[in-house]
Amino acid sequence: MSQEPGLSVLIVGATSGIARAIAAVYAARGAALVLAGRDGKALEQDADDLRVRYKAVVKTRLFDAMDRATQATLLDNLHVSVAVLCHGVMIDNDTARSSPDAHRSMIEVNYTSYALLLEQLADQMQRQGGGVIGVVSSVAGDRGRGSNYCYGATKAALTAYADGLRGRLYNTGVHVVTIKPGPTATPMTAGLAHQSKMANPVSVAKQIIRAMDQRKNILYTPGKWRLIMAVIRAIPEQVFKRMSI
Amino acid sequence: MKPGRETLSGWGRHPRVACAVYRPDRQGQLTSVLRDASGLSQIARGLGRSYGDASTNQDQGVVDMTALSRFIAFDESTGILTAEAGVSYADLVDVLLPRGWFAAVTPGTKFVTLGGAIAADVHGKNHHRDGSFNSCVRSFELLTPAGELLTCSRELNAEVFWATLGGMGLTGFIQTATIQLRKVQSAFVDVTTTRVGNLDAMLEHFTKTDEDLTYSVAWIDCLAKGDRLGRGVVLQGEHAPGTCGPAPSKRSKSVPFDFPGFALNPLSVRAFNGVYYASHGSGQAKEDVNTYFYPLDAVHHWNRIYGRRGFVQYQPVFPVADADKGVRALIQKLVDARRSSFLAVLKQMGGHEGGPLGFPMKGLTLAVDLPRAPGIENFLNELDRLVLDHGGRVYLAKDGSMSPESFRRMYPRLDEFLQVKARVDPHDLLSSDQSRRLKIT
Repeated sequence: MSQEPGLSVLIVGATSGIARAIAAVYAARGAALVLAGRDGKALEQDADDLRVRYKAVVKTRLFDAMDRATQATLLDNLHVSVAVLCHGVMIDNDTARSSPDAHRSMIEVNYTSYALLLEQLADQMQRQGGGVIGVVSSVAGDRGRGSNYCYGATKAALTAYADGLRGRLYNTGVHVVTIKPGPTATPMTAGLAHQSKMANPVSVAKQIIRAMDQRKNILYTPGKWRLIMAVIRAIPEQVFKRMSI
Repeated sequence: MKPGRETLSGWGRHPRVACAVYRPDRQGQLTSVLRDASGLSQIARGLGRSYGDASTNQDQGVVDMTALSRFIAFDESTGILTAEAGVSYADLVDVLLPRGWFAAVTPGTKFVTLGGAIAADVHGKNHHRDGSFNSCVRSFELLTPAGELLTCSRELNAEVFWATLGGMGLTGFIQTATIQLRKVQSAFVDVTTTRVGNLDAMLEHFTKTDEDLTYSVAWIDCLAKGDRLGRGVVLQGEHAPGTCGPAPSKRSKSVPFDFPGFALNPLSVRAFNGVYYASHGSGQAKEDVNTYFYPLDAVHHWNRIYGRRGFVQYQPVFPVADADKGVRALIQKLVDARRSSFLAVLKQMGGHEGGPLGFPMKGLTLAVDLPRAPGIENFLNELDRLVLDHGGRVYLAKDGSMSPESFRRMYPRLDEFLQVKARVDPHDLLSSDQSRRLKIT
């Protein structure tokens, strides 16, 4: 594995299943890491693991997507050459519909916090002269489905934001990768049907990092989801609205 | 925490049962698994390498511990590691061997977690010298069903410590473990191979040489009869000098599908055993740790060669006084029954301390693989009787068929174990298909 001592990587939502796998790959490459998230104790446990396994230099920082104060200070005194934004919540559609608070918090976490943080990150990386930002959205944002549109809509907004930002930053040296994982076997999907058949977070993480290294624009991971979503988007709405998916 | 419904089996792939599977990825979540269990019993499961039904729990809860796999601290000067229970021997090889440290006791596969190694008190090729895994366990944290986190060691909660070592997960969830590793100079082992013509010669060879060598194990041709009965190849090893780097590992292969039932038959197994014996002359060689300690790990899903109906691994130990008679009787029985064993492994065990459900005793242990052919259940019961007649016992990590009566006779310290279990798990919230079959309650 290539060693890249100059690489400094910020991972937001670092205690999530995919984020942990991403952090491990970067740590093995010799990157310095900043793990950001809500749960300070969990962040320290994950940081210790990376320190022992890879002798990595790892810092932790508290970040709460519902708390503007931690958002405003997240990037203070940090040099970030690569950032991966992985935080997010998935609240099932019925709960979101019946609980405005839960619904609003999902929108805040999955969309609003990203929009605000992405602008800060983009500005900082532009001043530094470059960088790569990975935005973990979801295949669920590709088309609103009757069974999961509350979550899907937050991801659709995020996808549009990341795609647009990539356009604005074209030719500045800062690049945005829109990442759309299919269902992955992580704590977020624990207890859902067929979890054992879902994608493995380690292989998803490797594909994400390869896409960021190669400055791809949009990544579906596992790759089959590009095809599946193309088919789903092609179904006429007259038919789609009758389907219970 | 919500469980997912999955069909699980042990490494022998029989029986396959539906279980409610929890996958905690933070230590704190184990408490919520217990809280949300709503009357269902639970059993912890690591990488699923126990062969029988020790890590399944039909229509009840199974707690998959493999996501609790963080290293916590490692002292490079002393070789003392603290890690979550889901850390595996594969992790130890990847992370610590390049720094000159290797597990002091390792089983024959690296796909075993620290929690699993404690629960089965695993042994390795150095049992005659160093004892089983407990010899390198300094302490562990055990979450009891009452929600109490106990630190267990030889000094603290010593009875729970010993009951948990070999206790098959029935005393609580092992959350973290602190173990002593062995300093090594390289990722290689100097291996001495000796071909031996029959069982007497094999035992004589063990007696002559084992004391001086760290690792010693023999492969036995279970199809050889008469005065060649027990012929085989002894593989003895020492960590080789040199400098440490990552362990070389061959590109791993995988068995992509179930072999048809007829693929392993007496003829093909005889051919394999004959070729193995003929191709291993006596001599010296240097092997990397993956080749020497974990030969089958290079072929993922090797259990598929036995086809969908699965297989049984049977491993008894015979006490030293009568050990050769026991081994001879067992091999003779396999020959007479024409039950071919693809792999049979014989080694000396030392007389080291263990817990009330500890398997090892000073003597000889033989492990054989048997396809799950018709009549296997009766045949295994006959083997249990043979083992009992020779004062031996069967390893619980391999067992999937013993009767509670045989179990009780083989493990005379069961009551001692049950007293500890009653104390830490008064409502019997921890059980597995194996513990119900053996009536460990």
